[in-house]
Amino acid sequence: MKRHLVSAADLSHDDALLILDTAEEMAQVSARAVKKLPTLRGRTVVNLFFEDSTRTRTSFEVAEKRLSADVINFSAKGSSVSKGESLKDTALTLQAMGADAVVIRHGASGAPLRLAESDWLHGSVINAGDGTHEHPTQALLDAFTMRRHLAPGLGRDLSGRRVTIVGDILHSRVARSNVLLLATLGAQVTLVAPPTLVPIGVESWPCDVSYDLDSVLSKTDALMMLRVQRERMNAAFFPTEREYSRRYGLDSLRMGALPEHAIVMHPGPMVRGMEITAEVADSPRCTVVEQVANGVSVRMAVLYLLLGGATLADHPTRTNAEESTK
Amino acid sequence: MTTRLIRNANLLGQDPQDVLIADGVVQQIGTGLTADGATELDATGLVLLPGLVDLHTHLREPGREDAETVHTGTRAAARGGYTAVHAMANTFPVADTAGVVEQVWRLGRASGYCDVQPVGAVTIGLEGKKLAELGAMHDSAAGVRVFSDDGKCVDDAVIMRRALEYVKAFDGVIAQHAQEPRLTEGAQMNEGTVSGELGLAGWPAVAEEAIIARDVLLAAHVGSRLHVCHVSTAGSVEIIRWAKAKGWDVTAEVTPHHLLLTDELVRSYDPVYKVNPPLRTEADVMALREALADGTIDAVATDHAPHPAEDKDCEWAVAAMGMVGLETALSVVQHTMVDTGLMDWAGVADRMSFRPARIGRLAGHGRPVSPGEPANLVLVDPAYRGTVIPESFATRSRNTPYRGLDLPGQVRATFLRGVPTVLDGEPVAPEAVAGAVA
Amino acid sequence: MTAFHDEGAAPRAPHQVLDQSDIARVVTRIAHEIVERAKGAEDVVLLGIHTRGVHLARRLRARLADITGRDIPLGALDITMYRDDLRLKPARALEHTEIPPGGIDGRLVVLVDDVLFSGRTIRAALDALNDIGRPRAVQLAVLVDRGHRELPIRADYVGKNLPTSLREAVKVQLAEIDGGDAVLVGDRDYAARSSQALAAEEQSGDAEQPSAPHLPE
Ligand SMILES: [Zn+2]
Repeated sequence: MKRHLVSAADLSHDDALLILDTAEEMAQVSARAVKKLPTLRGRTVVNLFFEDSTRTRTSFEVAEKRLSADVINFSAKGSSVSKGESLKDTALTLQAMGADAVVIRHGASGAPLRLAESDWLHGSVINAGDGTHEHPTQALLDAFTMRRHLAPGLGRDLSGRRVTIVGDILHSRVARSNVLLLATLGAQVTLVAPPTLVPIGVESWPCDVSYDLDSVLSKTDALMMLRVQRERMNAAFFPTEREYSRRYGLDSLRMGALPEHAIVMHPGPMVRGMEITAEVADSPRCTVVEQVANGVSVRMAVLYLLLGGATLADHPTRTNAEESTK
Repeated sequence: MTTRLIRNANLLGQDPQDVLIADGVVQQIGTGLTADGATELDATGLVLLPGLVDLHTHLREPGREDAETVHTGTRAAARGGYTAVHAMANTFPVADTAGVVEQVWRLGRASGYCDVQPVGAVTIGLEGKKLAELGAMHDSAAGVRVFSDDGKCVDDAVIMRRALEYVKAFDGVIAQHAQEPRLTEGAQMNEGTVSGELGLAGWPAVAEEAIIARDVLLAAHVGSRLHVCHVSTAGSVEIIRWAKAKGWDVTAEVTPHHLLLTDELVRSYDPVYKVNPPLRTEADVMALREALADGTIDAVATDHAPHPAEDKDCEWAVAAMGMVGLETALSVVQHTMVDTGLMDWAGVADRMSFRPARIGRLAGHGRPVSPGEPANLVLVDPAYRGTVIPESFATRSRNTPYRGLDLPGQVRATFLRGVPTVLDGEPVAPEAVAGAVA
Repeated sequence: MTAFHDEGAAPRAPHQVLDQSDIARVVTRIAHEIVERAKGAEDVVLLGIHTRGVHLARRLRARLADITGRDIPLGALDITMYRDDLRLKPARALEHTEIPPGGIDGRLVVLVDDVLFSGRTIRAALDALNDIGRPRAVQLAVLVDRGHRELPIRADYVGKNLPTSLREAVKVQLAEIDGGDAVLVGDRDYAARSSQALAAEEQSGDAEQPSAPHLPE
């Protein structure tokens, strides 16, 4: 695996399976009375959040604590950062604190890559969502959830499974990471959205695109509904909330058109009444709560695989694997 | 004033000639020239061009002296082979009055490295609402002929029409920064495959092309002169080609970076590649080269846009837009146009000196290298190959996209009205030029 | 047994110290000892330590079934996340930890491993057990005890005591994954001659090594 997790594209097929399989072991730990492992004792992980996201931060924090890492929550909102301190200065500060890993959530696409490729800090960088770019751990937990339902078993990928992602693809970091990861894992992905919410250049993505939700429902094993912010209406991406819901929202009728085994997913937070009806959200086919639990397992796996062995911070003079052989 | 004899220079890339300079003027051109007491300069293997003229330079003074001053900017210009630059109006305060343009003009005179021709704002505060006092700026000591709200687009069709019409009274030209504002709200990079993958808000080509299309029609309608700044798309080229075919008085410029770089570079999220207009695709780059070669695009203009390190050492979205370019422009043009066989050195002289000077109505620049003409000259070593080291730049800023890149060509010497501003590839001491140029 | 040799002497090729029938006999003997000492093995839970300990535990379970006529609960333990030398190598892939359905609370847990060396693996296993439940007692069964303990740990059931030098490497091969049963002893230096041999050693039960000669890799 690479030293950082910035994009789902950083993961090879083997990497992705290793994370999913490791997450299964981590899930076992989470089921025990003592939900703690000593593995990351002495490692410092900083949760650097430039955007509020209680659910993602909490998920990472639980994962870090279950692995016994020292956790520092650096909420950049309302701190010196909003007073103009730069990403660079923040990174230098964290480096001085001896951060072994930085989990970063940032409103600007590319901020995690900037951090990873700079010499501002030496720890691993884990992207917890950057702008409208990527959210790779969300994609991993989604894939983990899909595998449990659709292709259970260690070492298995999602070959041949059909995943439909519906909603604001244009502004969705979840969609971008999912398309990349699911393609790596062999799934067939179809994006469904009004044309205004499909990015230019989507033809080059490893997926299909449809503007018609009803036509793909019967060919779907996992249906992922994305949040659609009401503000998009004001920017003329669609005429009204009502029209959006009617054409792209998931109600019981549409859920009934899915195959028996199909699951309904949502990265949260849901906008009930917009992209999903309350009835669907609360149905047993909806995996939202399960996704939250799986998020902890997957993040434990990522943290373990990035920090559980020798890191650059342990041997800063080492430059390549060659030297390590003697 | 010193008499100088340049020996064996390849004039516009042709056979070696000697050029004798005295009193700021080219005196004689020929082979085996002699002149008593002349300082000789061996230019064997060097190409002699007329001093370069930049239509689009951000000198930042007044207001952002942390990024550049007229002094540092003109030193950089001289080092890049320029003898005249047009200083853009988006300073603090904006160059929208006779007072500000005269101040910039005087600073240029005092520097002595390069003539500074201020560009006046089209509208007050670049706000696109009310015309600035265009006539007063023209009548000032600065003698402004080029007006631009560069950085912002004059998007109001009525304001644009009036500006185009108004400057006809003193043979002015409106240099439009073509960017439809609504289509580019929050835009971060060229809209296309790469922006979709990177999750950066797209800047569609049509936002540039729609404005250019409107403006050429407006210019035709009122019979005015239009100059299009930093053309960046293949579509823009098509529109300009069409307008020229119609016989309309439209000119256009392209930046060196749009001749070489593409939006693929943005994948690094390194803001050194963040620029306005954004880097486009390979197909656009090829169309721009072709258009520059066939004359559809009249000029290479640097859009030299210095920024302090902190404005680039940050996340992409908050980074400033722009690249420095004065000291690498000629190398990039040699690399993309000359070494590829698209253009010869005479073409370089035409697109980087003759035509830009004509567009700006600059007397004394962009003149043929012949006896009686002002000795604004540059000697280039086309065989030179070197790595771009921003730390060696004369500009105050380091935001170049070419760091570490091997580029051909080096300016060995620049002469402004006979006075060397650059010798052996480096700017001469400030005392040597300040006040020395007539 | 000539475990020691002159400095500078040519490294020796591995030689076999236990063969297939030796290993079968040893496993049977340990099974009998467990039944005897654990009073019929009524509350025994076997936990094999990955990788070869799991296969040995499975064999022990079969012998115990032969002897007692009962199915003894069997599990597998991956101790990776409890190791004290994690920072010496890149992160390792985890093996599957499986605790039998009845759990380990109040049971006699017999840990099963192939080679007992520094004792650090067993220390990690004891820590892991501590997080999983509270056994009545924990015992340890190993195929080979090669000495050189670095912690106050001993085995309750030992297949063969094998005095070795630190320069030697002990390799346990089991049919389930190695194609045949054998215990080999050779020079670490010899093994180091080829990277393939090194990899093989890592795969074999000798992964647990004393920390002293370790350099940061
Ligand atoms: Zn501009």
